[in-house]
Amino acid sequence: MKPFTDQTGVKISFEATRDLDAILQTKVAAGNPPDVTAAPGIGTLIKMAKAGQVIPLDDKLDMSQLNANYGADWINLGKVNGKLVNIYAWAALKGLVWYDPKAFQAKGYQVPKTWDELITLTNKIKSDGGKPWCVALESQAASGWPGSDWHKEIVLSQSGPTVYDSWWAGKQKWSSPEIKQAWTTWGQQILGSGGSNVYGGPQYMRATTFGDGGQGLFTNPPKCYMFNQGSFITSFFDGYTPKPTAGTDYAEFALPDVSSSNAGAHVVSGDAFVMTKDTPQARALIKYVATAQAQDIWVKRGGGKIAVNKQVSLDDYPDPISKAEAQTVQTTKIARYDAGDLMPTDMRDAYWKGVLDFVQDQSKLDSILANLDKVQQTAYVGAS
Amino acid sequence: MGGLASLVARLQIDWETLLTVNLPALIVVLIAVPLVLFLYIMGTELIVRRFPKRAQPTVRPWIWVGPAILLVSVILVYPMIGTIIRSFFDRGGSNFIGLGNYIHMLSDGGVLIVLRNNLLWLLLYPAMVLIFGLALAMLADRVSYEKPVKSLIFMPMAISFVAMSIIWQFVYYYRPPDVPQIGILNAIVVNLFHAQPITWIQDTRFNNYALILIAVWGATGFAMVILSAALKGIPGELLEAARVDGANELVVFRRIILPLMMPTIVVVGTTMVIFALKAFDIVYVMTAGNYNTDILARRMYAELYAAQNHANSSTLAVILLIAVIPVLIFNVQQFRAVEARR
Repeated sequence: MKPFTDQTGVKISFEATRDLDAILQTKVAAGNPPDVTAAPGIGTLIKMAKAGQVIPLDDKLDMSQLNANYGADWINLGKVNGKLVNIYAWAALKGLVWYDPKAFQAKGYQVPKTWDELITLTNKIKSDGGKPWCVALESQAASGWPGSDWHKEIVLSQSGPTVYDSWWAGKQKWSSPEIKQAWTTWGQQILGSGGSNVYGGPQYMRATTFGDGGQGLFTNPPKCYMFNQGSFITSFFDGYTPKPTAGTDYAEFALPDVSSSNAGAHVVSGDAFVMTKDTPQARALIKYVATAQAQDIWVKRGGGKIAVNKQVSLDDYPDPISKAEAQTVQTTKIARYDAGDLMPTDMRDAYWKGVLDFVQDQSKLDSILANLDKVQQTAYVGAS
Repeated sequence: MGGLASLVARLQIDWETLLTVNLPALIVVLIAVPLVLFLYIMGTELIVRRFPKRAQPTVRPWIWVGPAILLVSVILVYPMIGTIIRSFFDRGGSNFIGLGNYIHMLSDGGVLIVLRNNLLWLLLYPAMVLIFGLALAMLADRVSYEKPVKSLIFMPMAISFVAMSIIWQFVYYYRPPDVPQIGILNAIVVNLFHAQPITWIQDTRFNNYALILIAVWGATGFAMVILSAALKGIPGELLEAARVDGANELVVFRRIILPLMMPTIVVVGTTMVIFALKAFDIVYVMTAGNYNTDILARRMYAELYAAQNHANSSTLAVILLIAVIPVLIFNVQQFRAVEARR
């Protein structure tokens, strides 16, 4: 943020919190909102936008410049009721499968290009006596979300964006065939019955912090061969001992299309900025985060952040992996935001809890979905 | 010196923000508030003087306690009544639905588990704190190194529940059976008992007890110190006389120490009961209410902030309030009993 202060002379007083919902709602309700709010999950921001607590940006920004720099998808993702309220500063890609190329080579495994190849590979690793997958779901108050990433990626790729959109909007039931099918696809084809395809089984999945989930890839022999996690996970890889090297110790491939009719569909996420108070300083900051110059800084710092602004050069990415991800973002045909973040917060929390119950006992799926349907009935009422 | 100067320059402290203090507000708090109170008491005293002599002692306390009553009603009673009213309305707050929220909450299986867990906390937490606290106070009383032992056991009191939870996450740490355990509890289970490691936090057979144990660890020192003070207040001649009369240690404990310490035990116990009802931090950090470990206060928080369901959160608040009332009545009765004995 230093270049911003240098350019505009605006000093930023910054308050960080991991409990955004509580802090922000209290401040807004008290009539004392911050000028600008940035959030990794946009559920709260959308709720506030619908309640008229954030300021539309259509007449505050140079829209023609924004249209030139931003893909249409990314501008649309920031609109609520037809008005632009969220500006995305950076994107993160979900649904990336991380693997150790050396381990793949040693066993003669090929990177799968289709969903069927992925399942064949999963079964082959299993019959060779290894564990195909690592899954780690622990994340304190947010436990379960990595599993929901699996599920929503399958929903989008299997049943398409129309189903996906009406599902997160609360118009499609959890017990509907499409949503249920995504659960069973994940459960039967990836996790295996009783979690038998996953290292450590349900106990390890639920007890292991998401950031530690990739450890199993790098042991000798590997505890598991594949690990599905978003682009940000490399910053956790960097903390492992010994530290794995991008490219030689790990590489990634995007989760293959489940159904060819939705080819190139990906769930993306990003950090959004909204203006909660209309001040000249706030306008300047919002304008600044949308520039290629600002996004270049984040991109160069690494950590899996991918610029939304198209003017950021691919050459600025610090390693081949993030460069490949940036290419995936640019070639994505169907981009959808994380469904969990778009749902009302209580719906999303119930979704995560459902994941934890599902991996423990897949046969309880029907009662889990019935419960999610019940939450769906009340979560969308009164929240808007 | 040059090195120091450059160090200070590198510190980049935002003095402007750091030293900005709202001076008028500070003056008001430090000077005006006591002054107003003083003038209030002096001014009202003039009015009280006008009452007949006999009525004065009756009027005066009410005038003195008046501001406190006013404050309590504005910041405690008024919101409480608002909460109770809200619990009888639907989510939008416009339709009266009677006991609808309560019926909905109680017929939802999740809330019944929440109530069961609160009951577990309510029974186990005070009981374990008292038993451990009393035992430690008794044992420490008989050794020469009492002070260091008591200091060590009291130490967790200085840590917040959140920090305690983080510490205990390491104690309960789980790794699969094929790799060495690094959590102390699973290391014991695997190496000493040759059993499978247990997911203490996720396994519904153990997790509630595992969470309560963290809180017990934190509060035992507090109970021990207070009980120890009460123990030292028992006259030595009394114990001496009992022992001379041939009472063994068990009888001395049951017939003399326990009855004399009872008021203190009750006070510590009821404090712990209220703590148990208010428990939040540990569950929030360790499980966020997952795996059947949710408790009223955390559920209320989730309904209020995550779901923004004011009807449900008010209903839970009222349930919690109703649960606290018997404890409060019991507590007040005990205080009265202690006063009466003086």
